[in-house]
Amino acid sequence: MDKTVEALVIGSGPAGMAAALALKENGINEILIVEREDAPGGILLQCIHNGFGLHRFNEELTGPEYAERYINLVKDKKIEILSGTCALDIVDDGDSKKAILLSEEKGLLEVSAKVVILAMGCRERNRGNIAIPGTRPAGIMTAGLAQKMVNKSGYIPGREIVILGSGDIGLIMARRLTLEGARVKAVVEIQSYPGGLNRNIVQCLNDFHIPLYLSHTITKISGDRRISSVEIAPLGESREPQNEKSFTLACDTLLLSVGLIPENELSLKAGVILDKVTGGPVVDSNLMTSVPGIFACGNVLQVHDLVDWVSEESAYCGKAAASYVRNGLLKGREIPVKPGNMVRYTLPAKVIAGTEAVISLRPMAPAQNMSIIAKAGEKILYKKKEKKIFPSIMLRFPVKDMPEDAGCIEVFFSAEDKK
Amino acid sequence: MKQAFANNVYDCIILELKITDTKQKTGRIMNHKYDVIVIGAGVVGAAVARSLSRYKLRVAVVEKEADVSFGTSKANSGIIHAGFHDEPGSLKAKLAVAANREFDRLCEELEFPFERRGELMLAFTEEDVRILQFYFAWGKKNNVPYMELIGRERTLEMEPNINPDVMGALYAPTAGIICPYEYCFALMGNALENGVELFLNEKVIWLGKKENGEFEIDTENGLKLNSTYVVNAAGLYADDIAGYLGITDFKILPRKGEEYLLDRRVGNLVRSVIFPVPTKTSKGMLVIPTVDGPVMVGPTALDIEAKDDYATTRDGLKNVFMHAQKMVPSIRSSDIITSFVGIRPVATGNDFIVGATKVKGFINAAGIQSPGLTASPAIAEMVSSVLLKEGLRMEVKPEFNPHKRMSFTRVRHLLEERNFGKFREIIAGNKNYSKLVCRCENVTEAEIIGAIHRGHTTLDGIKFATRAGTGRCQGGFCTSRVMEIIHRETGMPIEQISKKGKGSEIFPIPLRKGVSRG
Repeated sequence: MDKTVEALVIGSGPAGMAAALALKENGINEILIVEREDAPGGILLQCIHNGFGLHRFNEELTGPEYAERYINLVKDKKIEILSGTCALDIVDDGDSKKAILLSEEKGLLEVSAKVVILAMGCRERNRGNIAIPGTRPAGIMTAGLAQKMVNKSGYIPGREIVILGSGDIGLIMARRLTLEGARVKAVVEIQSYPGGLNRNIVQCLNDFHIPLYLSHTITKISGDRRISSVEIAPLGESREPQNEKSFTLACDTLLLSVGLIPENELSLKAGVILDKVTGGPVVDSNLMTSVPGIFACGNVLQVHDLVDWVSEESAYCGKAAASYVRNGLLKGREIPVKPGNMVRYTLPAKVIAGTEAVISLRPMAPAQNMSIIAKAGEKILYKKKEKKIFPSIMLRFPVKDMPEDAGCIEVFFSAEDKK
Repeated sequence: MKQAFANNVYDCIILELKITDTKQKTGRIMNHKYDVIVIGAGVVGAAVARSLSRYKLRVAVVEKEADVSFGTSKANSGIIHAGFHDEPGSLKAKLAVAANREFDRLCEELEFPFERRGELMLAFTEEDVRILQFYFAWGKKNNVPYMELIGRERTLEMEPNINPDVMGALYAPTAGIICPYEYCFALMGNALENGVELFLNEKVIWLGKKENGEFEIDTENGLKLNSTYVVNAAGLYADDIAGYLGITDFKILPRKGEEYLLDRRVGNLVRSVIFPVPTKTSKGMLVIPTVDGPVMVGPTALDIEAKDDYATTRDGLKNVFMHAQKMVPSIRSSDIITSFVGIRPVATGNDFIVGATKVKGFINAAGIQSPGLTASPAIAEMVSSVLLKEGLRMEVKPEFNPHKRMSFTRVRHLLEERNFGKFREIIAGNKNYSKLVCRCENVTEAEIIGAIHRGHTTLDGIKFATRAGTGRCQGGFCTSRVMEIIHRETGMPIEQISKKGKGSEIFPIPLRKGVSRG
């Protein structure tokens, strides 16, 4: 064993750093954060736009500024970060976990830890995953790759841009590339509502007169060496493209912003069970995965829309992991949490009776004047009116005082008391 | 100690490979004379080049694309067929069956991944069963060894994931799977190590015969080459090349095939290559295990007009999955990580065209569709013997070395085997092995540098040579890193780094130069 620590945190984005800080604040001193890039900060470092930190710091920060605050806190607390290091494998090792790390500087390392916190973030869904018909020329890439190259290296992919998907990164890149002199000709969204936050629709598309085609999709990509055009078709009632109504837009670049997938390859190797809807680990109310001693937080657990909630969730996770190191497995009856009417998913999957929990959820579709309700048997644990709900906006609320005999907690939207 | 793993470390070996990209040497017009020029660096051109590198000859290969195998070969299904699919007496049958036997030796010499996994042609109806018997008889006539007609039980025992409605199968254990582009790279790499010259990015736009009997070749970039013999391995464009010399007795008809690659997570659904009974135009749509792990399904077979119609289609996708699911029901289109199109060069008459022509010294190796990858070593041998008959002096070169000299360790394999001891050892020898660039497929910087030094300087070339960018994120994370490494190793500016050659630059516009508003 090359190193033994109490807690190993995989990833030094906002999730990993917040989790590590919470571990430290809760009495854990031997912490190692591993980061595969050259420096800590994660994807925040390429997000040079503002809008981060409104909840967490009551300020509007850029991505790198938000990251810097956490990096400074981690440095102040003297928490070790090993950059340029990938975690290749995690295996059980008695009461501890053994991680195999590959460090650019130190080579292959074996690290033993009492707890491991997974904070690897997510990756972008790509062209293969959505199987758009057509050729395979240059000029097609995920919005995040374009963002990295534009903001960190200073190269833009083209001059005439079409964006498929209205996820937040795509919207941000529509504005960014427009500001760099490129022409964004369309943002094409298969759903009947935008994938990203409303403020990004307003500030990144409307303010720059970039057309947004809802209920449309790209049915063909053309171009030999470089993409030359895309064919766009509206969707009919059956959600199938109506080819007779399609039109062609010439372009030299197609950016994809068609969703994020939690990056859980390492989790799978460690034997962690994943949720089919979120793509992240199935966790209990302490954000512990199906493998005792392995926790998860941030975008590797569920894709968030605001970094502020990533920090909050990860701090919660770090605190729970610290308690695990000191007190061992929290024992108690597990009450399952079930998504009900209009709820796409809920997280965690189960709450340990007698503890408090934070429930996150996303609605299935946009709606107005709904109440979100969490119920255990007949007891209402939480209820709040929401004027408008969107799949792009995650809802989070705390629940406590669960009845001892509750069979399950059901979370659902209700329109019944509209008046 | 260092000596012990020197074979695994690229940087220890300095080899001068003659790969010429004339564009990088602007203004320089070459005027070289060769004994043999091979047009086309696909699997046929590469196999011919390697075969000729055994002799004391000046050999050049001219390729229009930015890398070896970038035409039809890179989109091959990667199957080394047993040889029962082709009509007895055809060149296809003769060469495929003969070449199948060569692959163990070739694999040992050139270190490309190859596994004999066997082929199963499945029957689902009584009619299908009769068709199996028909192909069994063809196989017998073609001298395919160890074939068996097996029943339902045995078929399901061998392949538990196939549809239990199966009635039986034709089993040919000598079939195998390889990585088609790695095979091409290995053939050409070895040819280069043995003195062959390779001109990439050089599209032939004129081929003529001078009064003195020599051939004269002009390329789009102004390169001029002369030779006594020309081997036409130009794939889809072999008829155009032959046409320059007035040879018009065959046409190449493009036949498109779409293939879909599934996520590694799906696992090893099948061990052998799974065939339906064939159709008129193809071997049908298959479920193919690959040497790299993921399962591939396809290809479609559609005769098309244009030789450059590389577009996948909605119908193609539906068609492939419908057929594949009939054989292996658990296959899902939601597991697709990438798709691609290959275009088969089908010659009039449907068989391979290998041999001398009415123009002395001009040898065709044309119409090489399936089973062309399988037959490639035999095609190369046949071309050599035709050249000999045509009067080429072929003196064996004593210094010819059939073994791949430059090789590198695939970290992915060590990790799969959890061979951490060996991994530590190679990192001690070359620190770049500790820099993981592609995390989906576990490719390190050392492997990328190795590929660059071997002449692969496009993203696709590096992808095919190392697998960086072939995994589930499809280059989302490693593209920028690979570009930085190409830039550092070759000095090529970032804005010139391309996916597959000129015109396919990834980030062509540096911000410091500004962008004009459209």
